[in-house]
Amino acid sequence: MKKTLLSLVLGATLGLGVAGAAAAATLDDVKAKGFIQCGVNPSLPGFGFPDDKGQWSGLDVDFCRAVAAAVFGDPEKVKYSPLSAKERFTALQSGEIDLLARNSTWTMQRDTALGLTFAGVNYYDGQGFMVRKSLGVDSALKLNGASVCTQTGTTTELNLADYFRANNMTYQVVAFENNEEVNQAYDSGRCDVLTTDQSGLYATRLKLTNPDEHVVLPEIISKEPLGPVVRQNDPQWFNVVKWTLFAQLNAEELGVNSQNVDEMKNSTNPEIRRLLGLEGDFGTSIGLSNDWAYNVIKSVGNYGEVFDRNIGPETPLKISRGLNALWNKGGIQYAPPVR
Amino acid sequence: MSVVSERTRLRRPRVAFWNNPRVRGLLAQALLLIVVGWFAWEIIDNTVTNLQQRRIASGYRFLESTAGFSIIQTLIPYSEVSSYGRAFIVGLLNTLLVAGLGIAVATVIGFVVGIMRLSSNWLISRIAAAYVEVIRNIPLLLQLFVWYRAVLKAMPAPRQSIAFGEIAFLNNRGLYLPYPVFGEGIAWVVAALGVGIAGSILYSAHARRVQEETGEQRRRLPVWLGLLIGLPLLAFLFTGTDVSFDYPALQGFNFVGGLNVIPEFAALFLGLSIYTAAFIAEIVRAGIQAVSRGQTEAARALGLHNGATLRLVVVPQAMRVIIPPLANQYLNLTKNSSLAVAIGYPDVVATGGTILNQTGQAVEVISLWMAVYLSLSLLTSALMNWFNARMAYMGR
Repeated sequence: MKKTLLSLVLGATLGLGVAGAAAAATLDDVKAKGFIQCGVNPSLPGFGFPDDKGQWSGLDVDFCRAVAAAVFGDPEKVKYSPLSAKERFTALQSGEIDLLARNSTWTMQRDTALGLTFAGVNYYDGQGFMVRKSLGVDSALKLNGASVCTQTGTTTELNLADYFRANNMTYQVVAFENNEEVNQAYDSGRCDVLTTDQSGLYATRLKLTNPDEHVVLPEIISKEPLGPVVRQNDPQWFNVVKWTLFAQLNAEELGVNSQNVDEMKNSTNPEIRRLLGLEGDFGTSIGLSNDWAYNVIKSVGNYGEVFDRNIGPETPLKISRGLNALWNKGGIQYAPPVR
Repeated sequence: MSVVSERTRLRRPRVAFWNNPRVRGLLAQALLLIVVGWFAWEIIDNTVTNLQQRRIASGYRFLESTAGFSIIQTLIPYSEVSSYGRAFIVGLLNTLLVAGLGIAVATVIGFVVGIMRLSSNWLISRIAAAYVEVIRNIPLLLQLFVWYRAVLKAMPAPRQSIAFGEIAFLNNRGLYLPYPVFGEGIAWVVAALGVGIAGSILYSAHARRVQEETGEQRRRLPVWLGLLIGLPLLAFLFTGTDVSFDYPALQGFNFVGGLNVIPEFAALFLGLSIYTAAFIAEIVRAGIQAVSRGQTEAARALGLHNGATLRLVVVPQAMRVIIPPLANQYLNLTKNSSLAVAIGYPDVVATGGTILNQTGQAVEVISLWMAVYLSLSLLTSALMNWFNARMAYMGR
């Protein structure tokens, strides 16, 4: 009796070890559970933000939906995990989420030492500063001695230190864990300056008490390529996520959008035919059906549509395409071809 | 030989060793220890394997690399080029600062409010009751937000600071005070203070012994004052140390120089001490009520005043009831200081969290946090247990 109990305990412990150590096949797991668990920003309008009815929207949220459309043919098969900057990578490492789409900057350390891989860039950004107009500051180089509000555990925090040190300026940092707290502290006058990615500054300004009293300074002090992240040990899932982004970029380049995608099925252009799964076998090679890209474009749209819908000139954020225009339109967004 | 064994056999019937309760007990404990040890080893091994498989860097070497981020309040020299390890220690010291000051102030407020609650004055006891009920029924996190926002909202911008005689300033960047800068002779003054403290302790022990042996009460206060203030003052005068003050001055955006008490610290300190004080007040009230009414009546019969009754008869007996739960409150206050992360005070959890996020070394940072809070809790418990043993009733 005693022996059985002991072996039971040992067996359970061993089982725990084996189960925990097994390599993950995220695509199979996702298909089995029927949805994608996607880590997003809960407080950045235009990128990740739930409205008062709990409906999520934003550029990153739409990317989660695009991957769901690729896997299930249904963009609604996503569950969102709102994550702070501090929590995001641990959530992905531990398997709590399948995909992180949370305006995260692609850096070498994150790409190599954390067991993670960036699947591409869905927004090229750079870090900027916002101040009150009443301070009369027109350049970041005049910020010597200022107090600066920022979010902890971000590249922003590190760039800030580098920039002030390189320009021989002092500053006082007030760092919070959540976006919301950073914004409130700045709004209540705790800091002279708010710093984050430029896109974030425009999004934040909308939420301040008097948006017109604040100005974004012209300097951009860093490169912030923001993109979706997956775990490193799963090349199949990496391919699915990476090629979902590429499919959206290629669709824009080829002039395929959610409105005309059905007509485009009649196109004779071989590039379009390959993208929409009418020629070749590009779906099965990444573990999906051949109309995966069709589903993404039909239900979520191409990259340009997603951009315009969430952060473009017609939205409150009024961000122009800039660097995020396609390579043949003066920007640097460029996707490898489907062939 | 055979006689002896015959006797033993008579006295204690021979049993198989596995039926011997002592052996059985030991065996069961050894087995449990093996299972627990195995379990722990399995978890550690599993974690290490998983980290390696997912190519996540592990180990504590990252503590030596450059942190690269700034911290708003540092008690020791720290800059962006300091190491992660140093950043962690900065956070730890910030935790100790707010917890230490919070414990001191919470204890004072708690005792005052606890005694107020038992006052025969209707208004005073009601005010104390209202304080306790309101404060302890609102979650601490909410109180911290209220304090932080209230503290910030009420304060003017740096250029409109409230000035106290042009040497201290209050604004939404905090309270700016003159900071004393000492000359080289300060080491002697500090040494003199050390001697003074040691002397006071020795003198107190001596005075107590004299009182126990002869019943004669020695005057302690003048001696203490002489040792603790007079001696350092003498050292100060003789070494001729110069003391200058670093005054805060408005320069560009903010005040520069002086000592800056940041709003994050103020809010956390106020929130923690006021919240914990409500619980301490209840403990004090319970402790005092646990002392039987007869003790007060006996003290009165001896002709002691209200104050003397409380100080010499009631509180010393109440302390025995108060100290163990008081220790819990001290532990709670220390652990609750980790809510600092919500209002931007750089405590050990906030700085550790930043390190965790910048390096991705979750397992290592969490293990450091566990070690820190475990040590702090054990240390607090040990101190309070020692204090409790000292205050325990000694029968004569």
